[in-house]
Amino acid sequence: MPQAHPHRLPKRRLPVEWLGILPFVAFALLFLILPTMKIVVGAFQSPEGSFTLQNMFDLNTASIRSAYWTSIKLSVITALLGCSVGFAMAAAVVFGGLPKRIRSPLLTFSGVASNFAGVPLAFAFIATLGPAGLVTLWLKTEFGINLRAMGFNLLSFWGLVITYLFFQIPLMILIIIPALDGLKREWREAAAVLGATGAQYWRMVALPILFPSLLGTFALLFANSFGAVATAFALTGPQLNIVPIKLFAQIRGDVLGNPHLGYALAFGMIAITGFANVTYIVLRTRSERWLK
Amino acid sequence: MRAFFAWLTLLLGGLFFLLPLAGMTEFSLKMRRGVYSFDAYARVFEDPRFWATFSYSLTLAAATIVFGVLLVVPTAYWVRLKLPQARPIIEFITLLPLVIPAIVIVFGYIRLYNTSSYLPLTGSALGTDILLTMGYATLALPYMYRAVDTGLRTIDVATLTEAAQSLGAGWFTILARIILPNVLVAVLSGAFLTLAIVIGEFTMAALLNRPAFGPFMQLLGANRAYEPPALAVIAFAITWACMGLIQLVTRLSKHERARG
Repeated sequence: MPQAHPHRLPKRRLPVEWLGILPFVAFALLFLILPTMKIVVGAFQSPEGSFTLQNMFDLNTASIRSAYWTSIKLSVITALLGCSVGFAMAAAVVFGGLPKRIRSPLLTFSGVASNFAGVPLAFAFIATLGPAGLVTLWLKTEFGINLRAMGFNLLSFWGLVITYLFFQIPLMILIIIPALDGLKREWREAAAVLGATGAQYWRMVALPILFPSLLGTFALLFANSFGAVATAFALTGPQLNIVPIKLFAQIRGDVLGNPHLGYALAFGMIAITGFANVTYIVLRTRSERWLK
Repeated sequence: MRAFFAWLTLLLGGLFFLLPLAGMTEFSLKMRRGVYSFDAYARVFEDPRFWATFSYSLTLAAATIVFGVLLVVPTAYWVRLKLPQARPIIEFITLLPLVIPAIVIVFGYIRLYNTSSYLPLTGSALGTDILLTMGYATLALPYMYRAVDTGLRTIDVATLTEAAQSLGAGWFTILARIILPNVLVAVLSGAFLTLAIVIGEFTMAALLNRPAFGPFMQLLGANRAYEPPALAVIAFAITWACMGLIQLVTRLSKHERARG
């Protein structure tokens, strides 16, 4: 067995070096992976502990279906609007011929605004568009426009959409400005030399290159709003029927009357945000090939 | 023409962001009838629960930052130096907190570490504080790891390590006196971002029943009119300060590098 020796040597060295990341692996297992596994496994367990798909079928009630539907609608709409408005603002700064001084404050502000989520954000919008808010009163006294009579209510689906845009748009700006910077001037010139109009350049060169990062950012924004609890809870309280709020109430007081249905509800969230983020990661690596 | 549309876009966008900030500021000053006053702020600062919850969250943020630095800096260093093949796995793990919603993670904590489990962390106040700190470290992990790893990319880890080792330095000395000072800017950026995330965090603290600043703000929001916008102004100022400090340390380090 003379050949066994050189094979065994690198194998024996390997574990010693892997020991260096043991603390990290332990942390990730204890506080990230095992807790998540507990939920995933629990979603497929009966109260007695045997494997079952019953919890998945039990999710199919009118109330839970409508919660998922509202959550998905909310996330798709805020992600779409966040992407378009963020793209427009980023494009205005990068291609609009605006003074260079604007860029750095815009990026800083986007960093602040994308982190200004949760409870205080809800307060800011109540003070602005709520029944006694700044804009509501101003429209009423100056123009005689009564938002409430027109059917607008901040504590509703569309109120939530407007509020979420406050952190969705800046996140888009932060991610898309580097991508727009990556579009090389040579590409535009090459297209122009070949006789392309501005619209043709965008449709046939720039957008196809940007497409993966646009779609990827969309997925990130989707997951970002799908998992958000605090803003919605502070704005509307426990009554709005979206998945994170429902799960919050379930964890606090088992409102569904079945702990394993709670696991299933949470598993549905992981499945949806997981899908959105895997899309994001895959598309991102694909787009980075072009934007070096 | 193009500049006109660019300005218009920026102006409309800016309006959308400035109005809520103006709204909360104006509302927070309206507590006294007819005149602007700082009464709402005075009321907030008089409330002992404000100071109790605020200092609680600040303490937890500090613990999270210390723990995060101790966890992330050696790991990122070791992966760059000895385990480049582990990079994709580690990076994937650090991105997981963006995939799994915080509410699901804390749900797992509550079920995994309840009083009848092997590690009954939720059984005592201290245990729950530790659990909450670990939860915050998880939330901050994507940002902290990215910041430190980017910082490590700019220095020659292998050469610095060999030089230190040939002068007789042990692993602790290398990490504490060679690596950490070299990635200090990255570590500080990660720390301020962690502070911004932790200080007003609601979901985890509320579900673990700890007296943090986020749940306090929510409680006040449900019961009062003028204090909540005052709190929002304070929270916005803190977020702004954190981001400003990140810019400041980054800019200072660039100056230093340019001079050296």
